[in-house]
Amino acid sequence: MRLSPTVPSRLSGFSNRRQHTLGAIALCGLFLLGVMVSPWFLSDAGLNPILALRNQPPSWSYPFGTDWLGRNMMVRSLQGLSLSLRVGLLAASVSAIIGTGLGVAAGSLGGWVDAVIIWIIDVFFSLPHLVLLILIAFAVGGGTRGVIIAVALTHWTSLARVMRAEVLQLNGADYVQISRRLGRSPFWIAQHHLMPHLLPQLLVGLILLFPHAILHEAALSFIGIGISPHLPAIGIILAESMRHLSTGYWWLGVMPGLLLLLAVKAFDWLGENLRALLDPKTSQG
Amino acid sequence: MLKANGLWFRYGRRLPWVIENQTLAIAPGERVALVAPSGRGKTTLSKLLAGYLQPQQGQIRLDDRPLPSQGYCPIQLIFQHPELAINPRWRIDQSLNEAPRPSPEILAALGIQPGWLQRYPHELSGGELQRLAIARVLTPATRYLIADEMTAMLDANTQALIWQVVLEFAQEHGVGLVVISHSEALLGRICERAIALGG
Repeated sequence: MRLSPTVPSRLSGFSNRRQHTLGAIALCGLFLLGVMVSPWFLSDAGLNPILALRNQPPSWSYPFGTDWLGRNMMVRSLQGLSLSLRVGLLAASVSAIIGTGLGVAAGSLGGWVDAVIIWIIDVFFSLPHLVLLILIAFAVGGGTRGVIIAVALTHWTSLARVMRAEVLQLNGADYVQISRRLGRSPFWIAQHHLMPHLLPQLLVGLILLFPHAILHEAALSFIGIGISPHLPAIGIILAESMRHLSTGYWWLGVMPGLLLLLAVKAFDWLGENLRALLDPKTSQG
Repeated sequence: MLKANGLWFRYGRRLPWVIENQTLAIAPGERVALVAPSGRGKTTLSKLLAGYLQPQQGQIRLDDRPLPSQGYCPIQLIFQHPELAINPRWRIDQSLNEAPRPSPEILAALGIQPGWLQRYPHELSGGELQRLAIARVLTPATRYLIADEMTAMLDANTQALIWQVVLEFAQEHGVGLVVISHSEALLGRICERAIALGG
């Protein structure tokens, strides 16, 4: 028997995993960026009611169909998703900053600071998520601002726990202790040992927060205490479509729903691939 | 002279003493074995000596001065597991530069190839990593070296190579060695005397 060496196939352009990962990141990033900036490139013409073209099912000229006022559902969905993404981006960023700050403080200061922060996290975890969201959104007066504050204040807990655990683990790690005995200052250690571990966690944590933020934003808007009804947010569009689903106009709910699903999945995929890329163990396979 | 006077240590207020009234002295250039059954505090004592832990009572003095709390510690401890001693997100080169960089002769003597330096720790074997972890502390600033099961996980060839380099370095710079090992053959070969813990 003759053993033949395995030759890397040159037929497929994306043969190694690193290229796969980079490709996935680029694809997801472009898609999400495209959705986010789409309102500036699409004309508003699609939003004007054309009563002659009411309730058209999906076709080539109207891929998402039209609604009961003859508005182009694709333009509306993209507008809505773009708004939702921007709201989600802001809320998730604020949330990630709170989570990182409190998590790192709990992990590095320890003692009663740690106990207090853990207690707050436990309180947040013990309350039903959606109820808390509704309460906060309601308390600060609802609207777009209410949604952003509510989502930002309720989504930091899991990231804070991850960050705290990471800091605790790093401070106990042999290589950090050795670094101290090799004469490195705490500041140097924080900069060179902790940062390279915490930054990817923050970045991936932030991206994986997005889907939650967007879905909860959509949920709040759906039940009517989120973004005001005249703005085409994805939750508003879905809520409106509910009234028309029973009359057979399925595309009003299904198409924007699919777009939302796609966007959330894209964020998830982006986060997973970014994590793989940032960890040297998986980045060069 | 590295002296430890009446050391007492336990990991918590309610926990039993791990180190009880331990006194020892090690001269420069001396090679001492630390012998005790498992779980009697060999590693704890070596962590105390290298300043990783602080004793509840007693003191450790190097040339009649307390150990420096910052800056390069003249007493360096080498751990059993090198993969925990090197940051997994750093390239090897960066880890070597963490301490004053060892001389090229040391790197060559330990068989560290230049090609390794641009790699990540998970791309090297345990033996290769241990050689890097050892090279890192073989600098003139090191006065005492504590080897806690330094070569327990390595094959005989690598063990011999590592010990040859470490012993040569110790002799040349008058570095005192504390060796912890369960291999009596190894201790008999290397050490001049033994300290039994808890006795």
